[in-house]
Amino acid sequence: MSVAVATPQAAEPVFHVVDEHAHPEGASTMLGFWIYLMSDCLIFAILFATYGVLGGNYAAGPAPKDLFDLKLVALNTAMLLMSSITYGFAMLTMEKRHVGATQMWLAITGLFGLAFLSIELYEFHHMIHEGATPQRSAFLSSFFTLVGTHGLHVTFGIVWLVTLMTQVARSGLIEANRRRLMCLSMFWHFLDVVWIGVFTFVYLLGVLR
Amino acid sequence: MTLNSAPVDAHGHDHGHDAHVAAHAHGTLKSYLIGFGLSVVLTAIPFWLVMGDVLGNKQVTGLVIMAFAAVQIVVHMIYFLHMTTSAEEGWTMMALIFTIVMVVIALSGSLWVMYHLTTNMMPAHDMIRR
Repeated sequence: MSVAVATPQAAEPVFHVVDEHAHPEGASTMLGFWIYLMSDCLIFAILFATYGVLGGNYAAGPAPKDLFDLKLVALNTAMLLMSSITYGFAMLTMEKRHVGATQMWLAITGLFGLAFLSIELYEFHHMIHEGATPQRSAFLSSFFTLVGTHGLHVTFGIVWLVTLMTQVARSGLIEANRRRLMCLSMFWHFLDVVWIGVFTFVYLLGVLR
Repeated sequence: MTLNSAPVDAHGHDHGHDAHVAAHAHGTLKSYLIGFGLSVVLTAIPFWLVMGDVLGNKQVTGLVIMAFAAVQIVVHMIYFLHMTTSAEEGWTMMALIFTIVMVVIALSGSLWVMYHLTTNMMPAHDMIRR
């Protein structure tokens, strides 16, 4: 970038950026997507704060100790962690432009995501079956809102994943698709970061309480 | 490692401010595996501490597992989300720092204020618990 200033030779001074450089398509996508993730982070922060405030109000109902099965949560955490590393492998194979391997790792990631969701839905179903519904107490309302919002994010992540697999199958690992896969990568790893907060603050500290 | 593999990058070199998609770093197999290994350890230890009641003191256990969570979040940020101070000319880091400040204010503020409200105005929840 250079700004032409009035020089003896130049008759008319130019006060704008002369060499307007090109901004290729998608140049700011990653930063924009990161800022979206940060705003999503604020949503989760508020839900965590709500849970932190209301998490002790059982209204004479069930407490975390009666409801949470840590073995199940550990399994769930493992599923999400595995899906994170397999998505990493998908990114590495994407770099090498191996369409088949990328698709395979994406599919495996999706399956781990589905396993996570299934276990979570099983847990919710079990809790609701025992009468621990979101309406039961402030603790349960905030619990279902926080964990449910995370689960909803994972659900949409899987929908997005399937969409991108279809896109890659149709037009290969073109630049647009690689960019999209990188956005989903950030989204997916971000959900894993949020889950660290969930299993620590909701489940582990809940059982300790 | 950049998205635009080697030759395409000429433009990006001339203009440092053109931090394209290319500026977004990727991990290597090694960095992903290191991150994964650390995450497994940092996840397993808190679960072990709580499930096995290893420390025998709830408050200490709580503080320790929170410390583990904080470390694991940093590990994920570095090895999976590839956060660096230089990505996108530091703007991702700026956004992250701003978000962390907001999160800390929202979380600590809510807990602090509401804790005092609870102790001042409502029967302690221990009294009405079950």
